[in-house]
Amino acid sequence: MKLNDEQQMLQDSVARLMADKGPVSRLRQLRDENSEKGYDEPLWHAMVEAGLTGILVPEEHGGIGFGLVGAGLVAREIGRNLSVTPFLSSAVLGAAALSAGGSDAQKAEWLPAIAEGRAITALAIDDGAKHRPEAIQARVENGLLSGAKLLVLDGHVADLLLVAAQGDNGAGLFLVDPNAEGVTIERTQMADSRNAARIRFDNVPAQAMTDGAAALAAALRAGRAVLAAELSGLALEVFERTLAYLKERKQFGRLIGTFQALQHRAALLSGEVAMTEALAMQALDACDRNAEDADQLVLAAKSKAAKVALLAGQEGVQMHGGIGMTDEFDIGFFLKRARAGGETLGDANYCADRFAALRGY
Amino acid sequence: MSDLEQFRADTRAWLDANCPEEMRQPMKSQSEHCWGGRKWEFQSEAQKVWLERMADKGWTAPQWPKEYGGGGLGPEEAAILDEEMKRINARTPVSNFGFWMLGPALLKFGSEELKREHLPPICRGEIRWCQGYSEPNAGSDLASLQTRAEDKGDHFLVNGQKIWTSYADKADWIFCLVRTDPEATKHNGISFVLFDMESDGVTTRPIELISGESPFCETFFDDVKVDKNQVVGELNRGWDVAKYLLTHERNNIGGEPPGFLKGRALGPLAAEYVGTEHGKLADTALRADIARLEIDQIAFKALVEKIRAEAEAGQGVGAQSAVLKYYGTELNKRRYEVMMDALGAEGLEWDSERTMGGLYAREWLRSKGNSIEGGTSEVMLGIVSKRLLGLPDA
Repeated sequence: MKLNDEQQMLQDSVARLMADKGPVSRLRQLRDENSEKGYDEPLWHAMVEAGLTGILVPEEHGGIGFGLVGAGLVAREIGRNLSVTPFLSSAVLGAAALSAGGSDAQKAEWLPAIAEGRAITALAIDDGAKHRPEAIQARVENGLLSGAKLLVLDGHVADLLLVAAQGDNGAGLFLVDPNAEGVTIERTQMADSRNAARIRFDNVPAQAMTDGAAALAAALRAGRAVLAAELSGLALEVFERTLAYLKERKQFGRLIGTFQALQHRAALLSGEVAMTEALAMQALDACDRNAEDADQLVLAAKSKAAKVALLAGQEGVQMHGGIGMTDEFDIGFFLKRARAGGETLGDANYCADRFAALRGY
Repeated sequence: MSDLEQFRADTRAWLDANCPEEMRQPMKSQSEHCWGGRKWEFQSEAQKVWLERMADKGWTAPQWPKEYGGGGLGPEEAAILDEEMKRINARTPVSNFGFWMLGPALLKFGSEELKREHLPPICRGEIRWCQGYSEPNAGSDLASLQTRAEDKGDHFLVNGQKIWTSYADKADWIFCLVRTDPEATKHNGISFVLFDMESDGVTTRPIELISGESPFCETFFDDVKVDKNQVVGELNRGWDVAKYLLTHERNNIGGEPPGFLKGRALGPLAAEYVGTEHGKLADTALRADIARLEIDQIAFKALVEKIRAEAEAGQGVGAQSAVLKYYGTELNKRRYEVMMDALGAEGLEWDSERTMGGLYAREWLRSKGNSIEGGTSEVMLGIVSKRLLGLPDA
């Protein structure tokens, strides 16, 4: 697929915004300050201002309804800069879930709030250390939710929790107030220095959606596709930084980029990154077109992106040598984020397994 | 109705009326492919008729100009023809190195006389071509080739040896890289010449491969007389033509490879052999291998489409063809490894009827050459690192 003029303009302006306001140095700063909110507030305000929080919100609810290709373009730049924002949690997962399965009242209450940046939502799916949305453990009985979730991105700063639980009609998403009695939120510091939380629910009032199952499916599809784009941007950035290093670092009296062993590693990485980028964009586009094979493409893209981002992180550290192992140097942040982003909403193995199931084998 | 819609309707009607039923069946094996040429014996009346009808339309080479026997179609029309042929499973009426390699070279570099002489017989399937590039001491380092063409006034005298000449024993003519200026630096003294394989002094010897088949030959030239007007492009500038064709060849590798696996999904194939449990392949490691392979294939296809779209927008394919060649062939090799894992003992049968004469094992072994011929994988990575990534020479 090729970007249209509108999408190209979006990409250019978001690239400038993220590089300008949300570079890797901000992630380092927030980590070192042990920031209470755990995300980059000035950047978030700038994103709200630019309308990016409303990128998936329909126009009737105050958004710009730009579609998943648009959200993916934003995520790609987030991946390149490791920008610290609740974009995925709120503008993608929250907006997709509410748009697909929310009641009219829920949409009217929350979608404009997401678009205008007045509210941040967080999605709570995983009951255990591995993503398994086919076997949700948390339960809603008589309108009361009980269970425990982890890897709830931005869970400790959210104004609304979207919680996957078994209800009367099977598994789906429910709306929960994070300030309600019976909700215990533990902020977990993760390896990638991004926000996550473990949350316990003990008989907490949970509001059903019109179609909680559709909301869950929409959030998973959108989230995985957008994460694939983020990881493809991350991989590209690591590759470019590593390539630049090969052209400046000298050993044995010559540039290390003249060594064939490193040239071939770089060439292989460049091909993997190019394929990942192309596949991620194709998957996003397939979702926007509601193509028949959209789910297959999204699972393929997330699986591939998780693998290649990790490969890029590893190769980046290896080819930088000793300096790549230091905290002072940025490349390690990319490796950490590659693993965390890869794990989120299903790792490479999980997505490949589901892909195989959809392909009928 | 737009012009293209009209073209599609006309094409569909014409194919329906003119493509014989037998030519709408998928090929059971490569051996049913029509190569054409003076020595070709048609395997059926349908094969002959299909070639004649398509050649009359110019559709054996849809995008070549009409005056040289082609169809004169634009890229969009050609895509429609391709889709409409696929729709009814119509077989390719004829193809050989004349279509894939020589034609594009002549169209770009050939003189008017050469185009008029050679392109129409290719289109009609009358002349089958082979490619004389590699030599025993010029493989990856092709430009070090030593086959000489000496200027004898009214003709060249060619002496030397080629190797890996595809189907040289079955071809009628050869396009051949020869050294015409032994004093020049290695890339600058090479010419791209054409001559008849029935000329005095040409001998071929098939090479048996690990697959047990012999698609390639050693080809010997002993005082072969070559007409001096059969030089494509300028004298001593044959490397330009060769380089163009190599890029063209690598660029074509993005498509689906021929052979047994064409169009067959690995999942259902594996299910036949390893069985299923709870709706999943019983061999869970194999299932994961297949999934990973299919994901990589989808990713590769996405990249091919992106590169082609950029090429159409005028950015050109260039060194990107090395990326396509590398991944296209490596993925194909992986595909055959996974297939052999799935087929088990049956895949190893070498000559049984149930395996159509050991087709699985032979195609598996043949695929190992994919990452060697047309530039090895390692040469491709070298091109990527230097020309795309700008990494410095040692």
